[in-house]
Amino acid sequence: MNTVVNISKASKSFGNVEALKEISFEVNEGELFGLIGPDGAGKTTLFRIMNTLLIPDSGSATVLGSDVVEDYKIIRPQLGYMPGRFSLYLDLTVEENIQFFASVFGTRLEENYDLVKPIYSQLEPFKNRRAGALSGGMKQKLALSCALIHKPKLLLLDEPTTGVDAVSRKEFWEMLASLKNEGITIIVSTPYMDEANLCDRVALIQKGEILQIDTPDKIVNSFKKPLFGIKSQNKYKLLQVLQNYQWTDSVHPFGEYIHYTDIRDKTSRETLDDYLHEQGISEVEIISIKPNIEDVFMALMSGEREGINE
Amino acid sequence: MNEVVISTTNLTRKFGDFTAVNNITFNVKKGEVFGFLGANGAGKTTAMKMLTGLLTPTSGNALVAGYDVYSGTEQIKKNIGYMSQKFSLYDDLTVEENIRFYGGIYGINKKELNQKIGEVIESVGLQSVRKKPVQSLPLGWKQKLAFSISILHRPKIVFLDEPTGGVDPITRREFWEKIYEISDQGITVFVTTHYMDEAEYCDRVSIMVDGRIEALNSPEELKKSYSSRSIEEIFIKLARSASRGQG
Repeated sequence: MNTVVNISKASKSFGNVEALKEISFEVNEGELFGLIGPDGAGKTTLFRIMNTLLIPDSGSATVLGSDVVEDYKIIRPQLGYMPGRFSLYLDLTVEENIQFFASVFGTRLEENYDLVKPIYSQLEPFKNRRAGALSGGMKQKLALSCALIHKPKLLLLDEPTTGVDAVSRKEFWEMLASLKNEGITIIVSTPYMDEANLCDRVALIQKGEILQIDTPDKIVNSFKKPLFGIKSQNKYKLLQVLQNYQWTDSVHPFGEYIHYTDIRDKTSRETLDDYLHEQGISEVEIISIKPNIEDVFMALMSGEREGINE
Repeated sequence: MNEVVISTTNLTRKFGDFTAVNNITFNVKKGEVFGFLGANGAGKTTAMKMLTGLLTPTSGNALVAGYDVYSGTEQIKKNIGYMSQKFSLYDDLTVEENIRFYGGIYGINKKELNQKIGEVIESVGLQSVRKKPVQSLPLGWKQKLAFSISILHRPKIVFLDEPTGGVDPITRREFWEKIYEISDQGITVFVTTHYMDEAEYCDRVSIMVDGRIEALNSPEELKKSYSSRSIEEIFIKLARSASRGQG
């Protein structure tokens, strides 16, 4: 398998802020690779190094076989880049935007129409509308069409789904899956942990460092502690009681259940149930649950390392 | 406690031919955590603007914190808190200056304000950076600070517009603990979010589609009546039924 991106010990600081601390990873041809982490993790800095707009302070990076500093002119025409902040010309129409991006890359809409068709055809009814007057979901589709118009080998998408509702997010990921089938390598960043499952491999990233890098399945399987889901009518009281329990390892609200791990080697549901009853919490439901990416991310963040097999 | 702090009847707002909010009727109780969901463009922002006294309705009625949305907008603003992800703090003011600035706007007297500044800084854990400009803080800390400031004047209701977007998962949960805490103290929380797991933390959830409230109930009851495993499933089902042009 060919390596499309190879980052080796890349560091970058802005003043006193260390945005990236010796980050290394590789992305293979045809992969859908996710950079998962909150604001301030360093995701955008990493994208700007990969797209040759920013030079790392130390370390090196090659993209599509070329060095990002020496050979940026070779790399740029082969990239599609969708920045996190909206990148279109708001006072140009939908059609003018796509034609503009096509001409910058020396191509025409007609030439690569097949590739953008599934996405762009949804925009065609509005092709004379100014980009600024589109809804969030439609702007996102137009930006993706513009990033694709020159048939790039590598697509870099910086938080394409931030602030977008659950339905548009779902549709966007369906589009990425079909682009992957076209053979395009995709690197996408997101603060939504649940989107990690839709990637082939992900890097969990926080404060300029990679916490873990693997397939979503393997990451989830690295969580070795028994995980309980606990539910009761008064969530706030339940949360407080669990936080004050002497055997508590971690306790995090998670939708309708609270996710709980214990510092003892063996804990039964009965033990927990007894404790909660003692504390005056009734109608408790306790189940064993499978961890998800967010559980792992939080465990890595709080350095609850004993639960993680690295 | 069954005191109603927000009540709307057929509240409507049109922009030209376009009906952004279409006859919404609902009540929110004191101390309730009320989740206000909807797809982008469903009408949430317009509805929130009317409830916070920033936009006059086209028709219908609403009382917020006991005041009328037509005639009592200034009283409403004094009795509510508001925090949005996009703007809340002044980046070039320090932590302490931001608290002092907002305290001044809400008319808190100097003596009380000095005490409150200490309380807020301690509760958010910002002792070491109180003299630093806000722009130097990580997003999660900023959001917690903005939240504390939005309840500085002990409002009856606090409106939170996507308060946790982009925040790391631990801070996101700490944020929700703060929401539970103030709801426990009787402050009503009116919150929007794109994280569907957060919808499950609310006492009741409403889902807007095409300007109407299409569903409203506790997360548990909603899941029962839609035979769904999660609010996310229901949300996607309802939002997909939207007929409003996406353009």
